[in-house]
Amino acid sequence: MASFLDITKLSIAFPKSPLPVLRDVDLKIERGEYVAVIGHSGCGKSTLLNVVAGLLPATAGGVLLEGREISGPGPDRAVVFQNHSLLPWLTCYENVALAVDQTLAKTMNKAQRHDWVLENLALVHMTAAKDKRPNEISGGMKQRIGIARALAMRPKVLLLDEPFGALDALTRAHLQDQVMEIHARLKTTVIMITHDVDEAVLLSDRIVMLTNGPNATVGEILTVELERPRDRLKLAAHPRFVAARTAVLEFLHSRHANPALQAA
Amino acid sequence: MNAVSTKPAAAPAVVSRPALAALPKPSRIVPVIAQVVPPLIVLALLGLGWEYLASGPNATLPPPSKVWVDAHDLIVDPFFDHGGLDKGLFWHLLASLQRVALGFTLSAVAGVGLGMLIGSSPFFMRGLDPIFQVLRTVPPLAWLPLSLAAFREAQPSAIFVIFITAIWPIIINTAVGVLNVPQDYRNVAAVIRLRGPMFFWKIVLPAAAPYIFTGLKIGIGLSWLAIIAAEMLIGGVGIGFFIWDAWNSSNLSDIIVALVYVGLVGFMLDKVVALAGRIATRGTQAS
Repeated sequence: MASFLDITKLSIAFPKSPLPVLRDVDLKIERGEYVAVIGHSGCGKSTLLNVVAGLLPATAGGVLLEGREISGPGPDRAVVFQNHSLLPWLTCYENVALAVDQTLAKTMNKAQRHDWVLENLALVHMTAAKDKRPNEISGGMKQRIGIARALAMRPKVLLLDEPFGALDALTRAHLQDQVMEIHARLKTTVIMITHDVDEAVLLSDRIVMLTNGPNATVGEILTVELERPRDRLKLAAHPRFVAARTAVLEFLHSRHANPALQAA
Repeated sequence: MNAVSTKPAAAPAVVSRPALAALPKPSRIVPVIAQVVPPLIVLALLGLGWEYLASGPNATLPPPSKVWVDAHDLIVDPFFDHGGLDKGLFWHLLASLQRVALGFTLSAVAGVGLGMLIGSSPFFMRGLDPIFQVLRTVPPLAWLPLSLAAFREAQPSAIFVIFITAIWPIIINTAVGVLNVPQDYRNVAAVIRLRGPMFFWKIVLPAAAPYIFTGLKIGIGLSWLAIIAAEMLIGGVGIGFFIWDAWNSSNLSDIIVALVYVGLVGFMLDKVVALAGRIATRGTQAS
């Protein structure tokens, strides 16, 4: 009955705001599952992720990870931030190494940590650029370093906050494939915030659709019944892929159309 | 670093285009000439104008030609030392620079420390900021009588004046830098549980470094302004007292030579701190 990650009756309100951003969010996530959270801008999907990360406190309800309540940020819930958030004064290697040295110093010696950093850089195919600084590499490469840094913390849950939102379509597709590959290899539990329907359907086991904010909650949860490994080319015309895509689009644009867009 | 040498990644694409291969190699000398010639022309014109204005019968200041004749020994040999205060300008400048180095180093250490404190603690920000805002408007020389009374000696008093002059911009800029550490970096630090002194050392200090160096750059400029004035009052070896002494002996040409040196050294100090800042903060202003 107890799930791996258990979000129960979660409400989040900011001071000075009459309505909560999110109310009564219930979500259970199993180990190894890839869950996408989708919704219009301002529905509080990033807020939800920040609460799971421990960066924001819950107003009511709570989040349990393996039966233990979350009460602050930690490396067991590594975040890949939307704007990569690499430290610009450190090289790619040093950015990952800072996280590894900080979180794994008790379980690994110096040489092991060095190897572990290189292993994670290799996982995202960034070994060649390890001594460059973030301002010397492209946006897609920065995001890959962000993913390597998060994975290197050996998180129980990987939290992706619109990780590909700022990238061009081709780079995004390339990175999505890499994330699928990594997920298949490491079986990490992933929560991904996105506003891209194709991305959600292609990558996820389940898609959590949020209603419009404020006062947003889980509107519907769609299970994506597609075999892995998934190939974006073969899936493009696959009836189940198209059906899932249509269901999400239907939810977002027909039943819960963006109020801001309607007004315009 | 190899990071720099690998930067021009677009080079192969350029080579493959025949139209671009025909372009002549850009000259290295032309840009240098374009940089150097205009200031030289303007300097020559200013010198001529000065010569003209100071050559009339009622002129109060010497023209450049007279400065050259009067202060010839001073200009060609900055290193002579005839004992006492009769030294070349190099020794006077060195004495002043030593005072600045000591006072400025002290204020850099104290200023960065205090700036970190008020930047990271709302209590100290509220408590100290109003006091700092008032004290920083006190002119440097107004501190001199008080510091002479406290230290009873010229040397530490002069150093204290440097210290108290340079510290305010360093404190204020450091505090602003700490307050402006992006939330993104704080989030990263929170996720990897980087706290306390390590958080300051690994995140806050590098993130605030550009602001800190802005404060240091302003501080070194103010130090140099203050030391000249302070030395005029305390006497002894130093470029400030040299100028005052020359005024008392009506050696206007010596004063003009000394002013040129003061300007050049001040310019150099500014460039040295700016260079140190560029080296220390490389990459920090990245996107």
